[in-house]
Amino acid sequence: MAASKEDDTISITVEFSGGLEMLFSNERKLPLSIPAKDDTGARTNVAYLVNYLCENAMKDPKKELFVLDGTVRPGILVLINDADWELEGEEKYEVQEGDNILFVSTLHGG
Amino acid sequence: MPPSPCALCHTNRALILRPKDHSKLCRQCFLTTFETEIHHTITSTSLFTRGEKIAIGASGGKDSTVLASVLKTLNERYDYGVELVLLSIDEGIKGYRDDSLETVKRNAQQYGMELTILGYDELYGWTMDQVVEQVGKKGNCTYCGVFRRQALDRGAARLGVRHVVTGHNADDVAETVVLRGDLPRLSRTTSIVTSTPSILTTHTNIKRSKPLKYAYEKEIVLYAHHKQLDYFSTECIYSPEAFRGSARALIKNLERVRPSAILDVVRSGEDMAKLVPGSDEGCGGTCSSSVPVAEEEEGGCGNANANGRTAGGEMASIEQHLAQSEVAAEHNLEVEVTTSSVNGAQNGSVPFTSGKKGRKNKAQPVPLRKLPKQVMGQCKICGYLSSQEVCKACMLLDGLNKNRPRNTIELGYEGQKKDQSINGVASGIEKLAVNGV
Repeated sequence: MAASKEDDTISITVEFSGGLEMLFSNERKLPLSIPAKDDTGARTNVAYLVNYLCENAMKDPKKELFVLDGTVRPGILVLINDADWELEGEEKYEVQEGDNILFVSTLHGG
Repeated sequence: MPPSPCALCHTNRALILRPKDHSKLCRQCFLTTFETEIHHTITSTSLFTRGEKIAIGASGGKDSTVLASVLKTLNERYDYGVELVLLSIDEGIKGYRDDSLETVKRNAQQYGMELTILGYDELYGWTMDQVVEQVGKKGNCTYCGVFRRQALDRGAARLGVRHVVTGHNADDVAETVVLRGDLPRLSRTTSIVTSTPSILTTHTNIKRSKPLKYAYEKEIVLYAHHKQLDYFSTECIYSPEAFRGSARALIKNLERVRPSAILDVVRSGEDMAKLVPGSDEGCGGTCSSSVPVAEEEEGGCGNANANGRTAGGEMASIEQHLAQSEVAAEHNLEVEVTTSSVNGAQNGSVPFTSGKKGRKNKAQPVPLRKLPKQVMGQCKICGYLSSQEVCKACMLLDGLNKNRPRNTIELGYEGQKKDQSINGVASGIEKLAVNGV
């Protein structure tokens, strides 16, 4: 996948589960091409990705079900390549080409 | 951040950060540790007995799916010798429960467990869709909670099962502790076992327990994820996003600040519960001074709407219990009650007043005040255990049925829902017959 990629974007896969997919038009898996750097020239991190998802991927107006007080809502787990994002630096984790980032809600019932 | 190795096997990469102790574990060590802790909960509280048939209250959601999977694993690994079956309640909510029941059906196959589905329509003559059509979307959670509570017991009785396990987790318990100010309930909320004497088969107690009560919701979700369990997650269409601004949000915020807070709240709840005389903790849940649990346990669907709302008459029962507590205080009973074992299930039926026989006899010139306490009785309509003449479910049903004929005649004009109008007319006739006598 690295062959055809432009230098200024990175390709990643974002997944939603645990009911969170309902906020994203019921898409459970989203292949994304995101800028490699943010406006300030810093490398794209998870905080940027979350904001990017809110602005570009989320059709549902209820943003607060995903983001609260500027960060991922408590009760939503973030797994970066299957590892708890707390082990990876949380929002400061710099997104790498080919990363799989999963958002799982623990808030929804069955 | 450089990848950290697993704190247990020191070889694999850590993927999980445990909320309770911040240990970093790899996938396999996490799954094993999670299972072992549930095993410990089960053995340390002597939750199961060999040969017992146990129904798992299964909704298809994460908690009950993980519960079913873990119990199956443990039953095989440690040879509990119990028979596990799945019991699902179909509230009759199209687009919600019918979908989740499909998940339960798959689980039944995956785990090789027998599945029984019992519907509100079958039990009560009303689906939740019909209830909402009649009462609207406010307050419908009350109906659902009251109906579900009885439904699991009735289902268990029908299956000849005397023990129902539910997927309540530590977050659920902590939420209820925070939400519920009243002490008697605190005991039932935090107690791992509660029992509902059932009338359906006389002299049979249906035991309820929550083996996941010390398991973090986060770990339950991670367990389901890493074990690739098949579960269903959505919001009930009648209480969407109930977690907003609720006690649930508070719990999750606490967890974000200090992950151990959830278990701390659970433990505090347990400790406070031990101070309540006549609680399940104090007397094993079977003594006559305890209020029947039949109608009063958790709302069931685990959302704030249902949990937060309480039916009328509850204040009265709280007051009764406060009065009971005062009496207990007069007799210095707290100490005895608090020192009783946490292991409520094994305590047998010791009424709290007998806790300190010696002192009680000499220091009681005043006979025990006659308390306006609740006594276990039976609902005179359905026979279900109730502290009132008519149980909550029958009261709610009565209200629904009274309104039904009028409602169905209107529908009848539109030529819709023939079966419903027949039901309505039938119950109307019954009413007339009763009134005529």
